[in-house]
Amino acid sequence: MFALSAVIALPTFADGHKAKVGMITTLSGGGSGLGIDVRDGFLLALKGNNNIEVVIEDDQRKPDIAVQLADKMIQSEKVDILTGIIWSNLAMAVVPAAVNQGKIYLSPNAGPSALAGAGCHKNYFNVAWQNDNLHEAAGGYANSEGYTNSFIMAPNYPAGKDALTGYKRFYEGELAGEIYTKLGQKDYAAEIAQIRASGADSVFFFLPGGMGIGFMKQFAQSGIDLPVVGPAFSFDQGILQAVGAAALGVKNTSQWSKDLKNDANVKFVADFQAEYGRLPSLYASQGYDTANLLASALNSADINDLDAFRLALKKADFASTRGNFSFDTNNHPIQDIYVREVIKEGDVFTNKIVATGLKNRSNAYVDECKM
Amino acid sequence: MSISLFLEQVLNGLQFGVMLFLMSAGLTLVFGVMGLINLAHGSLYMIGAFSAAAIASWTGSFWLGLIASLMAAAIAGVIVEIVIIRRLYKRDHLDQVLATFALILLFSEAMRWIFGAFPLFLDVPDILSGTLSLPLGIEYSKYRMMIIVVGILTAIGLFALISKTKLGVRIRAGESDREMIAALGVDISKLYTLVFALGAALAGLAGAMVGAIQSVEVGMGEPVLILAFVVIVIGGIGSIKGALVGAILVGLTDTMGRFLLPSFFKIFLSPSSATDIGSALASMMIYILMAAVLIWKPSGLFGNSAK
Repeated sequence: MFALSAVIALPTFADGHKAKVGMITTLSGGGSGLGIDVRDGFLLALKGNNNIEVVIEDDQRKPDIAVQLADKMIQSEKVDILTGIIWSNLAMAVVPAAVNQGKIYLSPNAGPSALAGAGCHKNYFNVAWQNDNLHEAAGGYANSEGYTNSFIMAPNYPAGKDALTGYKRFYEGELAGEIYTKLGQKDYAAEIAQIRASGADSVFFFLPGGMGIGFMKQFAQSGIDLPVVGPAFSFDQGILQAVGAAALGVKNTSQWSKDLKNDANVKFVADFQAEYGRLPSLYASQGYDTANLLASALNSADINDLDAFRLALKKADFASTRGNFSFDTNNHPIQDIYVREVIKEGDVFTNKIVATGLKNRSNAYVDECKM
Repeated sequence: MSISLFLEQVLNGLQFGVMLFLMSAGLTLVFGVMGLINLAHGSLYMIGAFSAAAIASWTGSFWLGLIASLMAAAIAGVIVEIVIIRRLYKRDHLDQVLATFALILLFSEAMRWIFGAFPLFLDVPDILSGTLSLPLGIEYSKYRMMIIVVGILTAIGLFALISKTKLGVRIRAGESDREMIAALGVDISKLYTLVFALGAALAGLAGAMVGAIQSVEVGMGEPVLILAFVVIVIGGIGSIKGALVGAILVGLTDTMGRFLLPSFFKIFLSPSSATDIGSALASMMIYILMAAVLIWKPSGLFGNSAK
């Protein structure tokens, strides 16, 4: 286990405007690119901030390790706030226990439907999206493009199920096929053969990380010429360089893109490139926004008065890289979801916005949340 | 379901099987000849993929990348054998597992330190991109066809090596009785290093070929390693023939299972339950196969019962 402790300030916590944050994220193994981006965005926002101490640990994408780290952070590090988890299965293992122990959890990524609906909690805030959102926008975009026979695919785990549910919620056509693949599967020859035989007019898939790289490359090789739509998770800045030209022209949905023209985002993209020597991905923007939300709440409220602090978080009075940002009643964002296209800018593959998929989208689980 | 879809899936199963064979051949040789359980075999696969990606992006040639993968994996194999593995032959299997597991962690972090946390780019060469039109309306990827061909050629080459050359005789003798061939004057350490390097080179080649159509990232070798162990258990430890038959069996079972089981359940269940149950069962198929083979033949299909 790798313990990376980034101490930004020495604590004297009598001051209620200072806080200690425990970040549990994936920093090693496959999928570590996402955790590294979230961490880098988070730390960039807190540069020069002496009120927030951050303790960072690597969950190695294993739920049991994440649970142990959460226990350690709450009991021995005595953090006030937890954040960082990338994967929905790890979030489901850690978040319910943490919020029930009175700790605030700010999710910079995972947004499982269980925590947005019946499992919602006043201490749990999701700063990224609810898992279904980006997929809902993809479904809406498929309708507007006139696709009527989609082949859809996702891995068999909570976020994968949310993905296909979200797409089907807005997509109005027929399904040429629906497959749940194995989490971590790299070879999609069998599934691609089924796509070819199905008579589909479009393909929608959610395969984060290395899974998506493998699928896109194999799909591009297969000679099947169908439009592909997906959420940004398979086409983020970190993944695109590994997929290369196979991804050009693919439409992907995201709540953020580097070409969003608000002041906060322009500064964020420039600062991130200067600090880390690479372009940020949506995960980095999520980490950055989470840190800024936290800093804004700490400025206006006292961490020792949790009710006031929660209200300050809910107000979301900070400059988000997405422009307008507000929370709905179940503590998930209300935001625009854009449609981006993969393009090549010079030597680098990146995304540019081509349409707005959904405006002011909240989520489908608001009514199930009894807060 | 059409005949061309079915046949395309059979070809996919064959290609998967052939890739598993390249991984398992090295593993079974090392286990059979040297009695060594090598968990770091997956790391050699990863080293092959990373070297191919690095050299291919530096020189612009996929083929140079492939050659680089063979060399890098073989060299890594030689170094690891001389420095660490050599001390493990006389030890307990558990010690070997612990030591080679530590090697996995070492190699993973080393790759991340050298190449960064994000996956690398490796693509198939232009000459092999696109599909081949086969009879019965099957469109099959040219690159996957190449993998099948390379795998078959490697199998033929290995069989020729084992049965027709002096090195092959020594390998077979070493599998039967290690102490005897040392007593007969064969230089055991050189033989072992050679066998280890050969296995490593094959793993590296598999990594490079597969890396071009999947992803080149840290930790890519471990899932394949697990499958390779399943293959050699099914095929019988130490037997190249067993590795080939086992690999094709596992490749076909897994591919056809993933494709046929959900369709089968769709006949009498709703589509979403069918996909749920079908995919869950499909991911268990190869382990069910392994259990069935072991019940029937405890030493594997071609294994020796006296070891």
